[in-house]
This record gives sequence, C-alpha cells and structure tokens, in this order.
Amino acid sequence: MIDHSSSDLEAHVDAAAKVIGLPIAPAHRPGVVLYMGVLAAAAALVMEFPLAEEVEAAPVFAPAPIQP
Amino acid sequence: MSALDYAAADGTALVEAVRGGRARAREICERTLARIAARDPAINAFTRVLTEQARADADRVDATIAAGGDPGPLAGMPFAVKNLFDVAGLTTLAGSKINASRPPAARDAFTVAAIRRAGGVLMGTLNMDEYAYGFTTENSHYGPTRNPHDPTRVAGGSSGGSGAAVGAGLVPVALASDTNGSIRVPAALCGVFGLKPTYGRLSRTGSALFAASLDHVGPLGRSVRDVAAAYDVMQGSDPVDPASAGRPVEACLPRLGEGIGGLRIAVLDGHFAKGGQPEAFAALAQVAAALGVSRRTTIPEAARARAAAMVITAAEGATLHLADLRTRAADFDPLTRDRFLAGALVPTAWYLQAQRFRSWYRAQVAAVLREVDVLLAPTTPCPAPRIGQERMTLDGVEVLTRPNLGVFTQPLSFIGLPILSVPVPTAGALSLGVQIIAAPFREDQVLRVGALLEAKGAAAAAIVG
Repeated sequence: MIDHSSSDLEAHVDAAAKVIGLPIAPAHRPGVVLYMGVLAAAAALVMEFPLAEEVEAAPVFAPAPIQP
Repeated sequence: MSALDYAAADGTALVEAVRGGRARAREICERTLARIAARDPAINAFTRVLTEQARADADRVDATIAAGGDPGPLAGMPFAVKNLFDVAGLTTLAGSKINASRPPAARDAFTVAAIRRAGGVLMGTLNMDEYAYGFTTENSHYGPTRNPHDPTRVAGGSSGGSGAAVGAGLVPVALASDTNGSIRVPAALCGVFGLKPTYGRLSRTGSALFAASLDHVGPLGRSVRDVAAAYDVMQGSDPVDPASAGRPVEACLPRLGEGIGGLRIAVLDGHFAKGGQPEAFAALAQVAAALGVSRRTTIPEAARARAAAMVITAAEGATLHLADLRTRAADFDPLTRDRFLAGALVPTAWYLQAQRFRSWYRAQVAAVLREVDVLLAPTTPCPAPRIGQERMTLDGVEVLTRPNLGVFTQPLSFIGLPILSVPVPTAGALSLGVQIIAAPFREDQVLRVGALLEAKGAAAAAIVG
C-alpha cells in the first residue's frame, strides 16, 4: 500500500489547489489535509487492486440523436 | 363522520378512506398541518410547510370526488419531500445556504409531479445534510433534525428530515435521495421503511444531484404498501435523466401478497458481519429467523467497494460545486466544506480506477445473485448516535461516527442494487433496520419480503405518539 505521509498530503493539497485555481483559506487547510488523508487511504485500497486491461468503467456515453 | 383511527392509519388507509368517502382530503390535510405545527418544532424535520398549497391540493381531490371523477391512487395522501427536490415556486435549497439566493423552481421534480398527479397532497420540504454529503442531518444552517424516538440523537442522513417526518407520524410518506445510504440510514434510525430502487429506475430530473454516478431517489414510508404505492406511481422512463433505465412500469403493489415461495435468501457474511454493535446483528438475526433463513453468502471485496464509492462521491460532488468552492467556501456548512474541498483535489487515476473497480465488482455480485435471489444485511452498524457525537466504538475499535454510519449501505448502492430497509422491533428504545437486497430491477422481490416480514410482525414502523 502506498504510504501517504502528512507532508505529502499537505504538498498535494497546496500544489493541486493552486493548479486548479482553488483558494484554500488557512482556517480550512487542516481539515482539507485531514480529509485528503481519508481519501488517500480509500484510494490506496482501490489502486492496489489489480484489474485486467479490459475492465472498462461502466458509464456509457450515448450520442443523442438530433431532434429536428 | 368517520371511524378512521388517524394515529394508526398509514397512507394507504387514509387514501382508502378518502376514495371510499369516509374522510375528506381537506380534513386529513388539516389534521396533518396541526400535527406538524405541534410536533415539528421539537424535531426540526420541515424546512418549509406549504399550508395554503396543501389545502388547495386537498380541496382539488375532494372536488374531483364530488364531481364523480377519479382522484388518483394516492388521493388525499399527505407527503413531504427532502429539500433537494424541485417544488414549483420554491427555491430548492439542497440543505445549503448558498442555493437560498437562487430563483424558485419553475416546475415540480419528475417524482414530485408524479405523486401530486396521483392525488398526493404535498405538505412541505424537509431538512437534509448540505448537498446530501452526510449521514446525520446535523445541518449547520437550518439546525439538526432530531430523532423522533430520542431528540438528543440524530435522525440519520442525509435524508434525516424525511426519516424523522415519517417516524414522528407527521406524514406517512416522504421522498428522499440515496447516494451512499441516505434513504436507508435515516429509515433505519427513525424506525420506518425506506426503498432505494435500482439505479436508473426512478427519474432524478428536478432533484439536485450530488454524485451523479451513484444518485438515486426513492420513498420512505410507514408501511410496505405505502412505499410500494408511492414507488409505483413514480416509475416511468424519462429521456431527460441520462441515467434513466427506460424500463416500462412494473407495478409492485399488486404483488405484495405473493409471499416469498421460491426465493433463495441468504444473510451476507464477511464485511457485513463485522464492525457493528451487537444490537445491529441481533436485529438481522431476528429477520433471518422470521424468514427461516440460515444460508450465508459472501460478496467479495465489499470494503474496497465502499472505498471506491467514497472516492467517486468526493470527486463528483466537489466538481459539481467547484465554482462555489472557489469563490465562497466559507458559505458551505463546516461539516461538508473540507470534504468538498479535498474532493476537488482527487487525482484522475483514483477516480477512474474506482469506476473501473465498480465494473469488476458488479460482475462479482452478479455471480452471487445468480445463486441467491435476496440478500440480508444490517442497515447501520449501531442505533442513532447522539447529536454532535464525534466518535463511537464498533467491534471494540474507536471510529469516526459520521462516515461509519454508511459502512453497510455504501458497498451496495455502489452498484445500484434495489434495497428496502425494514424497521425491526428491538428490545431497546432506539430503532434499527435491516437491508433486504435483490438483483437489479427486482424491487418486487424486496417489497414482497418486506411485506411478509411486516405481516409476521418481524418488521414494523415505530411511529412516535
């Protein structure tokens, strides 16, 4: 399992928020880092699970016919 | 004029009285308004009571009957809706302060319109966790909804207003949504029935989305027949909802009495048999015993499914609200804000791998459901926690209260299975529920099992007062 240290999580939050233009107030940052850790732990369970290449995400894009 | 026992009547009994000329819809509406006025201040289920609109709807039902017309299959039945459903003329809050400045909805949501067309009388809108992101309805803007069985405890969420309104006997039916357990958790903690239909079965048009890949809508009710009656009239394909399965109406109400002969039923093992308090498993054992079920089966990787659901929910929910998160994060509820902000920072690989895992997991569960028709599991791992309770102990381990209320619901809604949470009479004062789970589009089976349990007294709504 990937080990997410607290400094990695803080670095990710700061950098990713900047890249997508999402200001995070200093008062909110500790909570965001905390929950990023919860999500990272959940994601680690998903990412470590081997899936065959042919396993495709379920949502199907349906081209919509044009109504005259 | 009537011998109708209002305190004991479910929605179906009220409809039968109206249709049979033993009660007027207006009389039921006035009693409902009076009960809401008397009891709601203590539980805070309603965010808006539609007094005049409800009276007008009820009068229309009575006028139709007086003119010899058909007032509809839900004639005069009072109902209320989680405040993420559009109601024409009202601003749809979705539990938020931010949306309160939006213009009113132009029309009713698909499902709200369906119930009103069937003669249902809309009494008002109900409290919820902000943008449906929570399991407790401790809403910082509109106050917590309190459990009708113990006002120091939560009603569950995110549809806590819906659970509490039915559990307090304010309305027999309430509409709600369920992304990770938001119908089933409040149904269980408030002691009522809650149906989360198959993903795509009921249209979500006009109901605010949360995580579109996982969003469902459905009814809570004080009896299985109330839930089935409401569910039946809300069916129908909707080309506007991209998730709509487009299936024809398959009425369940006429089939409730068919029993469970031939159904293969098993109790879920593994993830669903640990991490809960003994009362939750005792309720499950009661239901299994009433059905004569001893078979057990396992869904593989359910804990991983829950993790994947958390990632998808966070990423989709945050993306939906990104514009507001950028410009007015301080206006979010402190109980959702940090989670939404973090969700906006989820790497794409996490999200897409969670979606790919969902496909794999669907195939594993399909294999289980080829061998067994109906599965049983606890709805929540514990009875209602106290309002404000940050931590609780499950299986000897101290965990965060709020996210863990969904530990048994999330792995199942993740792949859209139809599930009825039934309230189980327990020795204690607090309510617990059991999930009746079937293969996709077999709502008829979960409702038939629920109806049998109700007939045996092994499931019963616990209505306060």
